[in-house]
Amino acid sequence: MQPDKFYYDNKIVRNFGIATVIWGIIGMLVGLIIAIQLYQPAMNMHNQYTTFGRIRPLHTNAVIFAFVGNAIFMGIYYSLQRLMKTRMYRDVLSKLHFWGWQLIIVSAVITLPLGMTTSHEYAELEWPIDILITIVWVVFGINMFGTIIKRRERHIYVAVWFYIATFVTIAVLHIVNSVELPVSFTKSYMVFAGVQDALVQWWYGHNAVAFFLTTPYLGMMYYFLPKMANRPIYSYKLSILHFWALIFIYIWAGPHHLLYTTLPGWAQSLGVVFSIMLLAPSWGGMINGLLTLRGAWDKVRDDVTLKFMVVGLTAYGMATFEGPMLSLKQVNAIGHFTDWIIAHVHVGALGWNGFLTFAILYWLIPRIYKTELYSKKMASFHFWIGTLGILFYAIPMYISGFTQGLMWKEFTPEGILRYPNFLETTMRILPMHVMRSVGGAMYLTGVIVMAVNLYKTAAQGKLVANEAAEAMPLEKVNAHAGTERWHRRLERKPILFMIGSLIVILIGTFIELMPTLTISSNIPTIASVKPYTPLELQGRDLYIREGCSNCHSQTIRPFRSETERYGEYSKAGEFVYDHPFLWGSKRTGPDLQREGGKYGDSWHYNHLMDPRLMSPGSIMPEYSWLIHQKLDTTTTPAKIRAMQVLGVPYPAGYDKLANQDLDKQAKGIADNLAKDKIRVKSNKEIIAIIAYLQRLGTDIKANKTANNN
Amino acid sequence: MSIIYFLIGCSVILALIFLGAFFWAQRNGQHDDLYTPSIRILLDDEPKDEEEK
Repeated sequence: MQPDKFYYDNKIVRNFGIATVIWGIIGMLVGLIIAIQLYQPAMNMHNQYTTFGRIRPLHTNAVIFAFVGNAIFMGIYYSLQRLMKTRMYRDVLSKLHFWGWQLIIVSAVITLPLGMTTSHEYAELEWPIDILITIVWVVFGINMFGTIIKRRERHIYVAVWFYIATFVTIAVLHIVNSVELPVSFTKSYMVFAGVQDALVQWWYGHNAVAFFLTTPYLGMMYYFLPKMANRPIYSYKLSILHFWALIFIYIWAGPHHLLYTTLPGWAQSLGVVFSIMLLAPSWGGMINGLLTLRGAWDKVRDDVTLKFMVVGLTAYGMATFEGPMLSLKQVNAIGHFTDWIIAHVHVGALGWNGFLTFAILYWLIPRIYKTELYSKKMASFHFWIGTLGILFYAIPMYISGFTQGLMWKEFTPEGILRYPNFLETTMRILPMHVMRSVGGAMYLTGVIVMAVNLYKTAAQGKLVANEAAEAMPLEKVNAHAGTERWHRRLERKPILFMIGSLIVILIGTFIELMPTLTISSNIPTIASVKPYTPLELQGRDLYIREGCSNCHSQTIRPFRSETERYGEYSKAGEFVYDHPFLWGSKRTGPDLQREGGKYGDSWHYNHLMDPRLMSPGSIMPEYSWLIHQKLDTTTTPAKIRAMQVLGVPYPAGYDKLANQDLDKQAKGIADNLAKDKIRVKSNKEIIAIIAYLQRLGTDIKANKTANNN
Repeated sequence: MSIIYFLIGCSVILALIFLGAFFWAQRNGQHDDLYTPSIRILLDDEPKDEEEK
């Protein structure tokens, strides 16, 4: 038999590589800007488009989906072709995938600063972009499965299994977490509300970490690490075992993001149990990677790519040990809502994802340009400043997290909160925030040095756009015609198999979805909890637009330290009209669930205009544009109608009357402000947001007073 | 909390897909040789240049 001659597509790999570096620098730069805003609010340039609440999602989306996303595709397109011994299935699909993905990122860069957001973390993009993501993902899937089908190597190497798991799971997660009802082209409401919405979001959120930041990287580790060290993986058997274990366990770890919330206790425990179990398969991967280098540590001394791999794997090991620990309720009670979590995710992101990406870039770019790396010294500098950057980032954030978490909980011997003023705990950690931004700046410097180094490398070489290769064609499997079972035949037709699986998923989805959408939920409803008034609803959408939930939680855990500080702990029934839920995941500022009625309208007005007027030392940005901008009330009827579709009990035909009620309530607030000599027209945005803030948590308060009387 | 049944359903279906893939791999002989593949990936398949000879 003659070997086939064919060509690997290196150009697509190069393109994804360039995108990785460019978006990486942009994403990290935005991260640095918001890090500085956390001790120097003026860093938002007094501009609504660059405030923390709006560009924090830009940072997370850019580093996850733009930097890591492009790096994943770079790694997959390089390794998949070589593992399957064939060119990618279709060049046109590769191109569509590349440009489609960049289009998604550009639309994120435009829409997020404009405040178009669903508020679901790492899924902030609005519904038209969600559809685009789905299409591009399908293109990627067809291209990948097509390549696997026309492979010239019967055995599917473990890395490819990781890629397959990534594709399948992300597809399901993305669709389920994007079930939203469009109100207009740029605005939608989540179909699920309150606790249910929270569970969907964090089921997605944690699995995004699992199947976007972990499995594709493990796959890449299993290909690139042996190649870099030129020795086989320590145990191939272990790699297979830990693959299957990992993907079966990961899917239910999500609820550990909702410990002590109003999520049913058994669901919380389920999340904890699965999270603890995850330690075994996660460490299986890390150990397998590190032991591959046994007896070859001398290579690590000289080879900068291996250095990056070792630190990356170590960071992965630390983050996956810390994750299960943080999901223990006792630890979570202190760590949740603090900078500890920020430290945790950045050890993973900067160490594991970042360093693996850099290692792969340093290894791969010289290869496809048929040259040597331009400067080993610069790469070595990048390694050291990057490693120090991670330490300078993570250590202050750990200290900051422990400090604030413990300060929130501290009581005096008399039994009152030692730090009743939240601001005191914020000011205590500001020096840590300064150091963190120094660490981040160091890390970013390293990446810029890498960009220059790679550019020079490319300039001194010449891209081998189509790399020649040859391999024996795959022998046909002897078909036992007639005797084989139908499933056996199906297996040999992967496209049919994939379509079949999709149909099974869809049927399952519909059967499961119907009851949720038609039967009323069994969340205990509370009689005094009423739907938001039209003005409050508009205010709530402004709260979402400004990204307030990035810094303020709306869920009070049942601890004495929290009920003393914020008021009555949260009840599931309070959130039944919250499409989407706004519990948040971080308390850079205090919880706001019982904010309503705590202060007067004029306090909120002055506080939003200049937070430092009311709370000297506050790091909250000024929201002066809310005072000048007119509230868009033309959307009110559509919003009311959408809410009615979702089951919020507004009376029939209320959409036409809603704006009258809105005007009346707005006038009341404006009059109230006028009493305190604040003159503001009732049609401004600030009126709506004050209405919403004053409503927060009052349903229960009202109930309580009624009972006491 | 009806949503949890939906999510469990999704997770179970995902798990079944993976289980199906696992059985496919098992019966396809993917797990028969758990050593050679780790060596094989180290070999590059550059064409043996006939001109060089």
